[in-house]
Amino acid sequence: MVHAVNSGHPGGSLGCAEFLTVLYQHQMQRKAGFDMNGIGEDLFFLSNGHISPVFYSVLARSGYFPVSELATFRKLNSRLQGHPTTHEGLPGIRMASGSLGQGLSVAIGAAQSKKLNSDQHLIYSLHGDGELQEGQNWEAIMYASAKKVDNLIATIDYNGQQIDGSTDDVLSLGNLKAKFEAFDWDVLEITEGNNIEAIKAGLAEAKSRTGKGKPVCVLMHTVMGNGVDFMMHTHAWHGKAPNDEQLANGLAQNKETLGDY
Amino acid sequence: MKKYTNTGSKDTRSGFGAGMTELGQKNENVVALCADLIGSLKFDDFKKNHPERFFQIGIAEANMIGIAAGLTIGGKIPFTGTFANFSTGRVYDQIRQSVAYSDKNVKICASHAGLTLGEDGATHQILEDIGLMKMLPGMTVINTCDYNQTKAATIALAEHHGPAYLRFGRPVVPNFTPADEPFIIGKAIMLNEGTDVTIIATGHLVWEALIAAEALEAKGISAEVINIHTIKPLDDEAILKSVAKTGCVVTAEEHNILGGLGESVARVLALNTPAPQEFVAVNDSFGESGTPEQLMEKYKLNHQAIVEATERVIKRK
Repeated sequence: MVHAVNSGHPGGSLGCAEFLTVLYQHQMQRKAGFDMNGIGEDLFFLSNGHISPVFYSVLARSGYFPVSELATFRKLNSRLQGHPTTHEGLPGIRMASGSLGQGLSVAIGAAQSKKLNSDQHLIYSLHGDGELQEGQNWEAIMYASAKKVDNLIATIDYNGQQIDGSTDDVLSLGNLKAKFEAFDWDVLEITEGNNIEAIKAGLAEAKSRTGKGKPVCVLMHTVMGNGVDFMMHTHAWHGKAPNDEQLANGLAQNKETLGDY
Repeated sequence: MKKYTNTGSKDTRSGFGAGMTELGQKNENVVALCADLIGSLKFDDFKKNHPERFFQIGIAEANMIGIAAGLTIGGKIPFTGTFANFSTGRVYDQIRQSVAYSDKNVKICASHAGLTLGEDGATHQILEDIGLMKMLPGMTVINTCDYNQTKAATIALAEHHGPAYLRFGRPVVPNFTPADEPFIIGKAIMLNEGTDVTIIATGHLVWEALIAAEALEAKGISAEVINIHTIKPLDDEAILKSVAKTGCVVTAEEHNILGGLGESVARVLALNTPAPQEFVAVNDSFGESGTPEQLMEKYKLNHQAIVEATERVIKRK
């Protein structure tokens, strides 16, 4: 998808492919079809909207829209905008994201809406680690515990990379686990965030901790660009498309690919 | 000239509070969010009557806007409340992405707009908020003139689907809109018919426009006075119909001359029937500390300024 339009964000997308696949096809309780209010089902909010390629791919393969539509990604008149939006009416999307740091607040609001509706289902959200440099997150982190928003599982894509380099070099996140715990969240880690079984176990554990008075944070250690050797462990592929040769090389390393390109 | 009676001066923010109280009883989907300004926004009754539907966010306006957007998912109708400056400029990107672009049914309700906030000074006196909000695609922008109109607008917004900005203020001002007057979003209100000039006013300047029209009548000038409470979508038809008759316009607002009601009116005229226009507005500056009356006089936002602008514009016909 990214190669076809020579733009987009492959690194973070590859790093979260396993997570989103497990979330949508194993973890979440979803209704058939799509309606904006999503009453009676689990909901997901993507805060780091730039990993739209993998989000769209998982949504299409989870039945929200035809897989063939993935070919329109980032093209004129497409519902698959560069960053996800509700504006074009794409099923599966409940909130625009792209400008970073806003998703946690929205997820909290949706979680509180569920409580008002006596809806026992959960809210899931995903955030980049670099994104936590945005101050709005910390307003939201403070609020969620103070107001006991315990039907929320916020996962951090903890890959240690951002556009200008490693998060340690750009603006260190410090001890993220200690920070969330200091804000009174229940924190658990998935140390192998690109391992399907590890994600399944981690999310099951996270779900078991909901409803106990605290919001739940999953620190998911991932590898940016996972599965393509020349994209791994570097920030260089945050927002850069592979050329023909690089695409062929990358695909050759992933024989099981479904071919969303 | 048609006479209007002040039935008892009140602040427009209290009209908002009364509207919220009524909505709380009428519509169980209405929820309220506040960033540490319950008393200033007159949320006390709503909070007391519906604690489960009242969200105290703390001093965190960005989070408030995001939470409001999220609350719409599940069918809630969130009304956020803080000062106009912190409702708009401080959270522009949150409104842009999470509310406007995401087409969320959030009502952003803003008190203490404009200079009449008074002594707190320019940090709190936003004069750019109408411009910021009207530039957002799909955003409805309303600036009410008195207690009754603010109450009616608040109630009307709950029945309107889509993002909206409701602007009101702190000072006690004459209350003259009939309590039973229906509030129709996007529909101008003809306050006085005239033939020599069209005075188009919004917010606190509407009462000043009525006083100005009386003074002008004494000078032999027949002024048509239109209350534009909805700046977006603008009632183009009412404006064009009036100007076709009078041939000139004075716009009056408690806002920067750039980006306000006046510019919206000028656009409508330029596209249809260009006509001389004078602007009663703040001339591209920040405000300062002072009493509301002192500030409105210094920045020429009162009935005298409207009279002077009218005399200028008539000469340009």
